[in-house]
Amino acid sequence: MDALVAQLQMQYRNYTASLYQQGFLDDQFTELKKLQDDASPDFVAEVLSLFFEDCVKLIGNMARALDQTGTVDFSQVGASVHQLKGSSSSVGAKRVKGLCVTFKEYCEANNYEGCVRCLQQIDIEYKALKTKLQDMFNLEKQIVQAGGKVPQVDN
Amino acid sequence: MATTSTGAIEKTKSVEVKKKLNVLIVDDDTLTRKLHESIIKAIGGISQTAKNGEEAVNIHQNGNASFDLILMDKEMPEMDGLSATKKLREMKVTSMIIGVTSLADNEVERKAFMEAGLNHCLAKPLNKDKILPLINSLMDA
Repeated sequence: MDALVAQLQMQYRNYTASLYQQGFLDDQFTELKKLQDDASPDFVAEVLSLFFEDCVKLIGNMARALDQTGTVDFSQVGASVHQLKGSSSSVGAKRVKGLCVTFKEYCEANNYEGCVRCLQQIDIEYKALKTKLQDMFNLEKQIVQAGGKVPQVDN
Repeated sequence: MATTSTGAIEKTKSVEVKKKLNVLIVDDDTLTRKLHESIIKAIGGISQTAKNGEEAVNIHQNGNASFDLILMDKEMPEMDGLSATKKLREMKVTSMIIGVTSLADNEVERKAFMEAGLNHCLAKPLNKDKILPLINSLMDA
């Protein structure tokens, strides 16, 4: 059983480290994990759930705003981008945040094609992050079920 | 707590605030409110939330509200952080008010927010290491 726990813990360390190295996550995610304790054991999962809900809602808003026949209200698109940038920054979703910065610039330049491209990329990135984090949480669950402790992995 | 020769605040080694703070968190974003509630709890404080500046002002209307600290977001519907801060200071609210801004805000916007009556301004995202030294230094001042 100890060998299994050790193996799972190594797998978890490597996987989590790769999320930072590949730019999916930044230091703010580490800060988020520090706020999780025995009194709030699901804090990170709850915050991430709110973030992914934000992604669905705000990406939907952006898509509708860009889909207007006639003149696109780029300030309306920009307002949703600003909110998503805030959320992604709060959870340490580095790639999503970076795309929001670019997206905001396209909004300010009234660049329709740039906005559409960014929207597509953000949709891909948040879904990729969601899958990666789900895999990470699954590993945590396996470690706990095997009787081990989840190791702390910082950036 | 020490200040360097340039006036920058050095990080304190303490992990909690020096006194149990009662904090009002004012932000229109649910995720941010949850994050800030958790940060305040982690540094040994207790908190209440408001979804915008108007709610924050309404909480103070009956004169019974007593917060050590108000964390005030800048961009909010109904009443933004700048307007709410001005209003609270007009109502003689003496709580410490820390403005929470986006990094995209320029110097002019930050200055205007400070002049509305803030004690200090911090850029999002907040975390324990960012806020704790500031709160302790403001309490020492």
